[in-house]
Amino acid sequence: MLEIENLHVSVAGKAILKGLSLAIRPGEVHAIMGPNGAGKSTLGHVLAGREGYDVTQGSVRYLGEDLLSLAPEERAAKGVFLAFQYPVEIPGVNNTYFLRTALNAQRKARGENELDAMQFLKLTREKLKVLSISDELLHRAVNEGFSGGEKKRNEIFQMAVLEPRLAILDETDSGLDIDALKTVAEGVNRLRSPERGFLVITHYQRLLDYIVPDVVHVLADGRIVESGDKSLALTLEEHGYAWIKERKPGAAA
Amino acid sequence: MSELLESHTSGNAHVDELVRKGYEHGFVTDIETEVLPPGLNEGVIRAISARKQEPAWLTDWRLSAYRHWLTMAPPEWARLEIAPIDFQAISYFAAPKKNLPKSLDEVDPKLLETFDKLGVPLHERARLAGVAVDAVFDSVSVGTTFKKELNAAGVIFCSFSEAVREHPELIQKYLGSVVPAGDNYFAALNSAVFSDGSFVFVPKGVRCPMELSTYFRINARDTGQFERTLIVVEDAGHVSYLEGCTAPMRDENQLHAAVVELVALEDAQIKYSTVQNWYPGDEDGKGGIYNFVTKRGDCRGARSKISWTQVETGSAITWKYPSCVLRGDDSVGEFYSVALTNHRQQADTGTKMIHLGARTKSKIISKGISAGRGQNTYRGLVKVEKSAVGARNFTQCDSLLIGKRCGAHTFPYIEVKQPSAIVEHEATTSKISDDQLFYCLSRGIDEENAVSMIVDGFCKQVFKELPMEFAVEAKKLLEVSLEGAIG
Repeated sequence: MLEIENLHVSVAGKAILKGLSLAIRPGEVHAIMGPNGAGKSTLGHVLAGREGYDVTQGSVRYLGEDLLSLAPEERAAKGVFLAFQYPVEIPGVNNTYFLRTALNAQRKARGENELDAMQFLKLTREKLKVLSISDELLHRAVNEGFSGGEKKRNEIFQMAVLEPRLAILDETDSGLDIDALKTVAEGVNRLRSPERGFLVITHYQRLLDYIVPDVVHVLADGRIVESGDKSLALTLEEHGYAWIKERKPGAAA
Repeated sequence: MSELLESHTSGNAHVDELVRKGYEHGFVTDIETEVLPPGLNEGVIRAISARKQEPAWLTDWRLSAYRHWLTMAPPEWARLEIAPIDFQAISYFAAPKKNLPKSLDEVDPKLLETFDKLGVPLHERARLAGVAVDAVFDSVSVGTTFKKELNAAGVIFCSFSEAVREHPELIQKYLGSVVPAGDNYFAALNSAVFSDGSFVFVPKGVRCPMELSTYFRINARDTGQFERTLIVVEDAGHVSYLEGCTAPMRDENQLHAAVVELVALEDAQIKYSTVQNWYPGDEDGKGGIYNFVTKRGDCRGARSKISWTQVETGSAITWKYPSCVLRGDDSVGEFYSVALTNHRQQADTGTKMIHLGARTKSKIISKGISAGRGQNTYRGLVKVEKSAVGARNFTQCDSLLIGKRCGAHTFPYIEVKQPSAIVEHEATTSKISDDQLFYCLSRGIDEENAVSMIVDGFCKQVFKELPMEFAVEAKKLLEVSLEGAIG
C-alpha cells in the first residue's frame, strides 16, 4: 500500500533523507528505529505532507497514487494519519468539536455522509471504552493543559475515530511511563487489521515489546541501513546504535 | 450657507426645497432620500432640529455642543493614522423621503428587499427569533416590531426622535447625563448633529420580555451617520440590547460618530452586545468607514451591572472604548471584546472602568486579532478612586497575529488611589503557528477552516457572552473577515 523509492528530502537546503526505500503491505506493522538526527521524524512529516520539506528525488506511492502530489488534508481523507511526537495545543477549541470537524471533513472529501452530533457521540463512546480513556478529555480544549501521557493517548484516540488506512506513529512512546506506554500500545494493537498498515517510528526498542512489528528497519544518516524481523530491534538494543555505524549503508537494500 | 440660515427662519417648506436640491449628489439605492447639502454650521444644526420638530431646549443643547466642538481638536493620542476629515464635505442629514410608516406593511418594499439581502430578520425571522427590531435605515427609524408586547410590559423601545416627541421628560433628564455634550471631540460632534437612534426605558422591577435588537446600516453616500442611543433601566430592571451593523461596498470614507449612554439604577442590569461589520475598505486601505464611537455606561445604583460585549470586524478605523462608571456600591462592570483587523484596517479599542463605589468589581476580556497589515491596539484604563474600598479588577488581554506584516499593541493604564483595591492584569501575544495549522491539515481540515477554528477558539471567552444567534453570526463574520488572510 505504501512504496517509498529512493526518497531524498532536504530541509532548508540541508539533505536529511538520502535515498530511503521502503514498502509496506496492508496489515503489516513496520518499525523504524534509528539514532537522533537520522531523519525519522522527517520521514513522518514528509509522508503527512508538511510544508518546508523538499523532496529532491524519489517517489512515494500510496494505494497506487502519487502521495507527494496530494495536499496534507487530501492525504488525511485518503487514510494517512500521523500521530505527532509533540501533539499541538489549540486553545479554546473543544477536543470533540475538533475531531468531529476532522472526521466530517474527511468523510465529505470521500463522498460519505457527515455524522451529526448524536452519531458522533455514539462513535466516540465506543472508541473511548475500548481505549480506556477518560471522557473528561473530550470536554477540554485540544491538548490544552494535557499531560504528556494524555496528549499521546489523545492521538491514539483520534486515530481510533478516524480509522486511517496507514497510521504513522512518530515517537509515540517518548516521554511515556510504562503504564501509559501499555495503554497506547494496547490502543494500537486493537486497531491492527488486515487492511491497515502501520509505520512505527521509535528511538527505543521498549515500545516494540508491546507493539510487535512484522519488519524492523534501521535508519541512519538518511538511509535504511538494515532491515529484519523483530529480533533486529533486540540486537540493536543490545549493541546500541554505534553498531550500525560500523556497517555499510545500503547493506540491507 | 446663507440659504441655510434663512431656511431656519422660513420654516420646513424651504428646508424641503433645499433638501431636494441635494438629489444632484446622486444616490445608491433607488429609494428617494432627503439629504441636506454638505457642510456644517449653526444653520445646518437648526435645520436638523427643525426638520425633526424638536423642542427649543434640544435645539439649544445641540447648538451649545456645536459651539463647544468648534473649540476642540480631534484626538491624536490613539495609535491610528487618520487622514484629515473635511467636516464641511459631509452631509449631516439623510432620511427616507416618504412619510414614516406606521407598520411594516407601509415600509417601502425596496427597503425591505435591501434588509433581506443583508439578512436582517425584520419580519419573519424576527418573529421566529423573538427579537424586536427597530431598524434604522440611514438616519431615521422606519419600522418597529413587537411594540405591543413591550408596551404591555411597560418597556419603551422606540427611535430617538419618537422618544423626544413622546417622552421629552425622560430624554431631558437623561440625555448627556453619562456622556456630556462636550465629553470629547466626536461626542460633541454627535451631540450637535445626531440624527436618530434608539431609546430604551425599562421601568422599576421589569425584566424586558425579549432581547432588543437594532440593525444600523449606512446607505446614503457621503452621509455621516450620527446615532444617539440612550438606555435607562430603573431599579431591579433587566435588559439585553443587541446592535448589529453591515454596510455595502463604498469608495469614499464615511464618518460614523455614535454616542451610546447607559444608565443602570439600583440592582438594574444592562447587557449591551455589538456586532460591527461596516465596510473595512479594500485590501489597499481604500475606502471604509471611520468609526469613532463613545459608549459609556453609568452604574448609578448600588448592585447594578453593565456588561459590554463587542465583536468588531469592520470599519477602516475603529476608535471605541465602551466604559463603565461604577458609581453604586457593589456595582459590576464587564467588557468582552473581539477586535479583528485585516488588510489595512486599524483599531484602537478598549475600555475604561472607573471604580467609585465600595466593593465595585470589573472584568475586562479583550481579544485582538491582527492579519494582513492590520494594526490592533488595546487601550484600557482601570481607575480606582479613594472611595472604592475593596474594589477589584481583572483584566485579560490577548493578541493573536496572523502573518508577518500586522501589529498588535497593548496600552493598559492603571490608576489606583485606594490601597485595598486588587487589580490584576494578564496579557499574551501569540501567533497562529505552523504547528497548529499543520496539525489541523494532517487531520483532514483544510486551511481556511483550520484558521477559522483556531481564531474561534481564541475568541471563545467572548463569544460565550453573546446571545446565541449573535454568537453564530459573529463566528461567520470572523470567517468572512479573515478570507485571504493566509496563503
